[in-house]
Amino acid sequence: MGLFSRKKTHFVDADVLVIGGGMAGCGATYEARHWGRDLKIVCVEKANIERSGAVAQGLYAINCYMGMQWDENQPEDHVRYARNDLMGLVREDLGYDIARHVDATVHKFEEWGLPIMRDPKTGRYQREGKWQIMIHGESYKPIVAEAARKAATEVYNRIMVTHLLMDTKKKKRVAGAVGFNVRTGDFYVFRAKAVIVAAGGASHIYKPRSVGEGMGRTWYAPWSSASAYALPIEVGAKMTQMENRIVLTRFKDGYGPVGAYFLHLKTYTQNAYGEEYESRWYENTKALVGDYVDRHPVPTCLRNHAFLEEVKAGRGPIRMVTKEAFQDPHKETVGW
Amino acid sequence: MPTFVYMTRCDGCGHCVDICPSDIMHIDKTYRRAFNIEPNMCWECYSCVKACPQNAIDVRGYADFAPLGHSVRVLREPEKGTISWKVKFRNGHEKDFVSPIRTTDWGSIPSPAELPPPSEEDFKSQILAHEPDALNIKGSLPVLARDRLKKGVI
Repeated sequence: MGLFSRKKTHFVDADVLVIGGGMAGCGATYEARHWGRDLKIVCVEKANIERSGAVAQGLYAINCYMGMQWDENQPEDHVRYARNDLMGLVREDLGYDIARHVDATVHKFEEWGLPIMRDPKTGRYQREGKWQIMIHGESYKPIVAEAARKAATEVYNRIMVTHLLMDTKKKKRVAGAVGFNVRTGDFYVFRAKAVIVAAGGASHIYKPRSVGEGMGRTWYAPWSSASAYALPIEVGAKMTQMENRIVLTRFKDGYGPVGAYFLHLKTYTQNAYGEEYESRWYENTKALVGDYVDRHPVPTCLRNHAFLEEVKAGRGPIRMVTKEAFQDPHKETVGW
Repeated sequence: MPTFVYMTRCDGCGHCVDICPSDIMHIDKTYRRAFNIEPNMCWECYSCVKACPQNAIDVRGYADFAPLGHSVRVLREPEKGTISWKVKFRNGHEKDFVSPIRTTDWGSIPSPAELPPPSEEDFKSQILAHEPDALNIKGSLPVLARDRLKKGVI
């Protein structure tokens, strides 16, 4: 008897199939319902959309908000920032499109009930950096999941989509997807007029050097299995912006993105001897990349280059200095 | 910092199994209690800890970083719209943090289908749902103008 011989096969037909129920998938489901009032919209997720994707645990900041209503930044400012930070390897049209729509999305989140911190003096959203705003984001995902559940015709939890299906008659048209229930092993065939891949990226391809129990682990969601790349690549989709990779190391005694620590709490890094080290690598980096090293902000990859060179020179590990950050009780809450 | 279950508090209700994004909280078939089947794939996201009606799930610190004898406990109260954290250090020092999690009632978000439908012109435009109103700006959605981009870096 074969492994799957006692499993059922389920067929689901839909107008719009959304693969992945994280922030992007929930957003796509909501958007699809806005434009297609009578369509059958199906969202498929390998976990439970209430707490799934890279925002399952909540977040303390929204890392991209223009503030066009207060003329803080305009979409073209964001494109310039991204072009500089990624040293030119950027699809400016895509960056612009995200930037011009993000404010409306954030305003909807606030209307739906996401607590966003405000600057007591200006009444504007509390900035953590030039682009980031601070939120009380423990229920970020449950709030967005609620909107998606209201919008979807059906949500299928615990179904892992493994392949896209191609139309047999019309060339180059995706006609659905197949997957299986991770609990029962039942096979699912989704047939749809339109398919949106909103699955996750890839964790643990490149591993940080953390040792002991944290060995090799990033802070990024361990369940991100690269479906967002594998599904389209297998059916011949052209991928874009794959030059940039990010490996999210964990830092000792803490666990999460370091953005708020550096930007809001004003922590800084030192080498093992308590020395500032970035300026030591200035000439070296300048010889490699020219005037990018003089730009403000210095591209993230160049700051990381200094970090790696310093470790290779035997003056690691690099430490984040936090002792001055926690003097203010409000900032301590943010830090925790 | 994987999760673990206090077997005497767990009643095997399965809320943690239902919510775990990694699908690693399972019910032991013999003892009918929850346990973490794969600590290496635990993200310590606390989804199961918050979902447990018996407060039976805890998260331990990494043995090589975190001092023994500490505890980090959380109480999520959706009906009050708050989350409370209690952090105990091994020297007895305690810290308490309370944050809001939601400003509206649970279930209050309307389906987009209950809101006014987009017009014919909207379908031909570049706007997304609720734009341009939700942008809170005077005028319409910004459109890419080539000459405004290539002005160097910030």
